[in-house]
Amino acid sequence: MSLTYHLQVVNLLAALLLLISFAMLSQRRIVGLVTLFAWQGAALSLSTTIVAWSTGQHHLYYSAALTLILKVLVMPWFFYRLVRKLDVNRDVEPMINIPTTMLIGIALVIFSFNLAMPISQMAGTVMRSTLGIAMASVLLAFLMMITRSKAIPQVIGFMAMENGLFFAATSATYGMPLVVEMGVALDVMIGLFVLGIMSFQIRESFDSMDLRHMEKLKER
Amino acid sequence: MTTTGIFLQVLQTLLAILLAPLLMGWVNQCRAWLQGRSAPPITQPYRTLRKLFHKDAVIAHNASPLFRFAPYIIFACMTLAAGLVPTIANDLPFSPAADVIALVGIFALARIFQALAAMDIGTAFGTLGARREMLVSFLAEPALLMVFFTASLISHSTELPVIVETLAHKDFVIYPSLAFASVAFWMVSTAENARVPIDNPTTHLELTMIHEAMILEYSARHLALIEWAVALKLFTYSTLGIAMFLPWGIAARGDLAALPLAVLVLLAKMTVGGAALAFLETVAAKLRLFRVPEFLGSAFLLAVLGMLIHFLLEA
Amino acid sequence: MTDLLPPLDLVNLAWAGVLYWLSLGFAALLLQRTRSLLTGLIFPLGALGALLIAGIGLVGLFVPASAVVLPIGLPDLPFHLRLDALSAFFLLLLGAASFGVTVYAVGYFRHMERGSLALLTLWYHLFLAGMAGVMLADDAYAFMVAWEVMALSSYFLVTTDHDIPEIRHAGFLYLLIAHVGAVSLLLCFGVLQGGHGYYTFGYMRGAELTPFWASVAYLLALFGFGAKAGLVPMHVWLPEAHPAAPSPVSALMSGVMLKTAMYGLLRVTFDLLNVQLDWWGTLALALGLITALYGVIFAAVQSDMKRLLAWSSIENIGIILAAFGLTLIFYTDGKGALAALTLTAMLYHTLNHAFFKGLLFVSTGTVLHATGTRLMGQMGGLIRYMPWTAWLTLIGVLAIAGIPPLNGFVSEWLLLQAFLLTPGLTQPYLNMVIPVAAASVAMAAALAAYVMVKFYGVIYLGQPRDPALRHAHAANWPQRLGMLWLASGCVALGLFPARVIEAIAPVARLLISQTLVNDGDWLFLAPVSAERASYAPLIFLGVVLVALLLVYMWVRHFYHGRVRRAAPWDCGYPEQDARMQDSAQGFGQPIRHIFVSFMRVERETPDPFDRHPRYQGATLDQLWFLLYLPIARLAAWLSAQAGRLQHGRIQWYLIYSFVTLIFLLVFVTR
Repeated sequence: MSLTYHLQVVNLLAALLLLISFAMLSQRRIVGLVTLFAWQGAALSLSTTIVAWSTGQHHLYYSAALTLILKVLVMPWFFYRLVRKLDVNRDVEPMINIPTTMLIGIALVIFSFNLAMPISQMAGTVMRSTLGIAMASVLLAFLMMITRSKAIPQVIGFMAMENGLFFAATSATYGMPLVVEMGVALDVMIGLFVLGIMSFQIRESFDSMDLRHMEKLKER
Repeated sequence: MTTTGIFLQVLQTLLAILLAPLLMGWVNQCRAWLQGRSAPPITQPYRTLRKLFHKDAVIAHNASPLFRFAPYIIFACMTLAAGLVPTIANDLPFSPAADVIALVGIFALARIFQALAAMDIGTAFGTLGARREMLVSFLAEPALLMVFFTASLISHSTELPVIVETLAHKDFVIYPSLAFASVAFWMVSTAENARVPIDNPTTHLELTMIHEAMILEYSARHLALIEWAVALKLFTYSTLGIAMFLPWGIAARGDLAALPLAVLVLLAKMTVGGAALAFLETVAAKLRLFRVPEFLGSAFLLAVLGMLIHFLLEA
Repeated sequence: MTDLLPPLDLVNLAWAGVLYWLSLGFAALLLQRTRSLLTGLIFPLGALGALLIAGIGLVGLFVPASAVVLPIGLPDLPFHLRLDALSAFFLLLLGAASFGVTVYAVGYFRHMERGSLALLTLWYHLFLAGMAGVMLADDAYAFMVAWEVMALSSYFLVTTDHDIPEIRHAGFLYLLIAHVGAVSLLLCFGVLQGGHGYYTFGYMRGAELTPFWASVAYLLALFGFGAKAGLVPMHVWLPEAHPAAPSPVSALMSGVMLKTAMYGLLRVTFDLLNVQLDWWGTLALALGLITALYGVIFAAVQSDMKRLLAWSSIENIGIILAAFGLTLIFYTDGKGALAALTLTAMLYHTLNHAFFKGLLFVSTGTVLHATGTRLMGQMGGLIRYMPWTAWLTLIGVLAIAGIPPLNGFVSEWLLLQAFLLTPGLTQPYLNMVIPVAAASVAMAAALAAYVMVKFYGVIYLGQPRDPALRHAHAANWPQRLGMLWLASGCVALGLFPARVIEAIAPVARLLISQTLVNDGDWLFLAPVSAERASYAPLIFLGVVLVALLLVYMWVRHFYHGRVRRAAPWDCGYPEQDARMQDSAQGFGQPIRHIFVSFMRVERETPDPFDRHPRYQGATLDQLWFLLYLPIARLAAWLSAQAGRLQHGRIQWYLIYSFVTLIFLLVFVTR
């Protein structure tokens, strides 16, 4: 293999990203989920830094820093607070049992790896082979959102999806323009706060964070 | 097949047999320290074995020859397994006779005899242990095989010396797939070696036992052989993990000068590995039996993921 | 026929062997009165015939194919027979396995109390002859005749105890599915002849089929042979029919008859069809893996020992079919050497299964004779009362669990090696999915070990659950010899894989024009290359034995051999009895717990105030309810609709005939 060492490290981090995505699928507790989310952000930030350093794409440093601040520090802190305030840290059984979810996850990985193969051959970046992993983590985050019925895991799933997209952008085209990235980050932040406020509202209305209660809202 | 090869083969097998109780003693010692108990001496397993060998064997009235014969078979299987894994030198003339798939087969052979012997007396706990052991193994075995497959796909061989040679004596490459495989391997080896979180080797509660329930009826030399085989199995799994994930330091084929260093490196790795095992056992709690399929299912999926990662990033 | 004395070609010898079996069967009818002659003479002679067939098969592997046309049957439709390497291999399997089973049968049927022994002898030999006929047939007509002889005679064998309603029911189910399969095969041959109207295999080989029609033929063959082999979802007859039949017959049905379906599948796919498509292999692989897992999961929850073995046969057929699918995948991808590897693994496993499943089935016969029940929950501790059977069964148990150095391990090892080589495939999806599929093979093998520990442990180990078992009588000599033959087969096939592969090579050369190259010598088995993987069972066994001996001598020399006997430890509860051991259901409970979604569990839990509580539970096949009952209901509904046409008035029937006549006239004159 003729890859340089920093690229090998990026590959390793990409693999780690996928591993964390799977760990999130199988995590029953919300606090554990938040911790995993923070680790995923850290892996993402580190790999972006390495790519920035090895390719000389300076704007990636800013992206990495943004990721570090937002996704590793601010958001997990916010989530921890939310969980403590709402007192919702208990084992929650997902809607589909975990081994089945993981099997579906494997199928998704195979699917996205094969999907990414032709695309990554077109991309001109050094880390194009990780595109499949990025796609897989997007799909896995989506799967996590589907299988959870509580509000906070769904939000975390949404954030993890954003992580995957970010990684996809980095691996395919060395990241999105900085403006777009800032915009997305802002959107995510605003979404986060809206959801935080919503969570309190939901709990006040239903005395639970289970989103299945929302089904009552549909018109008959 | 050279004289040196045969010498190294015999040396490594004997080394495994002799060092295995030491590793067990070290793990027990570390665990005692971590749990704030006063630790037994590191040589305690040897003393226990000697004591057991001197005792009179007590055997149930209705025990069949299979029961008396099984400890010898189990011990022989573990010796064979230990002889297949490169510990200090990569020169094993016996290894072409059995590759990693056959290694899984050897473990299966020992396990089947263990389970059958447990069922032979016909007590409730014996069959309970046998049933649970087979349950754990049917989940662990495919996962173990997938871990081996990942290593084999990298080195294009199922022979352990070739795997070690590819990983340790060729250009250094980071294999992300092996990161997955190593986690899966750790999960599988806790299950196969009856350690926390699958089983608790120090438990005295029959209802929670798996491995211990199977050997309730054994005593004296039979028990000694089984205990020794258990230690040998732990040792073999440790060397397997070293060979696949941390092979640096194992002397290359024909490199006799590197042997003393290799022994030191092995001892260092074992010291760290044993301490890590004790640490993990201290912080983890035993799983409920029906969480075990989930745990081992995750191990299996991790190993599969490792293989898929290999196809994406390393092929 | 001009030459009254045909040249002594091998194929002539082979059909002479078939004829010999047929005549033995009919001779049995003449000896109806003297039962001792039936078991003492006819069956040993039948076993000799089996040896002859095995010998013909062995020689036939290494000599050029020979063919003959027999002017029997319908006018202008003579029987074409041909003996090539493929037929020879399966004849060898038939002869070698049925020799052991027939020797066993001598001792088994000696004690048969019910039913007509003469008729049974007739059907038994017709069955053997039918199977040999299937393997020799070289035209669709002879094939179907032999196929039907095989199906019908086995039907009569299954319903030997036809006074029991369950057995009649099992027989009906078997007959039904066998014939659905046979119809599919007829259609398959219809497609294969490609519109020429010639039904000999020779013409079919030359017929040029479009990919569409080739696929139709392949699917029909897969369905038809799959019904015979017990492929999920056509497997339901197997767990019913195998327990119903007398044990030697179950051994033949499971060990050999299922293999005729594999023979047919190979014959049609690789020999008769001259085009193979890539998705065929994927389909077969997927079906095979599903069958393997489905079979072994259900085997784990059975409590009837023969039913357990029947489910385990389904598992093995699944593995064989998976190997077949993999062969097709490699072959269509142009990887001839790998196709040879998987084909070798497939044939190897086919041969292995004949031996160990034959052995296990006949051993249940001995147990059944000794205990009078098939329920494992009423046995236990038999190793002390029937040591011969128990120790020989242990060999079969280890072999089927895929334990080195016995034969089951070799074929699984070859198959797993093949899975490791799939990254060379050109289709990206396949080369990622297939190594994962290897995991299901590994899982099936590990579960098979679970099943076999249960089978052996509950029947032979522990304490007898029924006091009457203490008087269980051991196997008689013919039974022992039969089991010994089959067990030695398991050992020999396990220890000399390089030799077995040499015997399989001509078949691989015939079907895919490439053979598996053994990079080792007679001692080492090294497919592809020695650097990649090798295995030497003899050395393996030698080292195990040496280690065993050294340890034993060392312990005895330095320490002592003193033994005291005592009661087993009662865990502080003095009233332990034999019923506290795991029953067969108890042992399977974890598997039921994990895979409950495939099963329909029916439980009858006792009332807490019941003085004599009885727990009953049954684990039923979910597919039966999801697939078969709806089909049966649909059939019943359709026939009820058709029944409306019946009015009983003669005028209506005349009108039907009249309308049909008009319709035909219109149709014909157009």
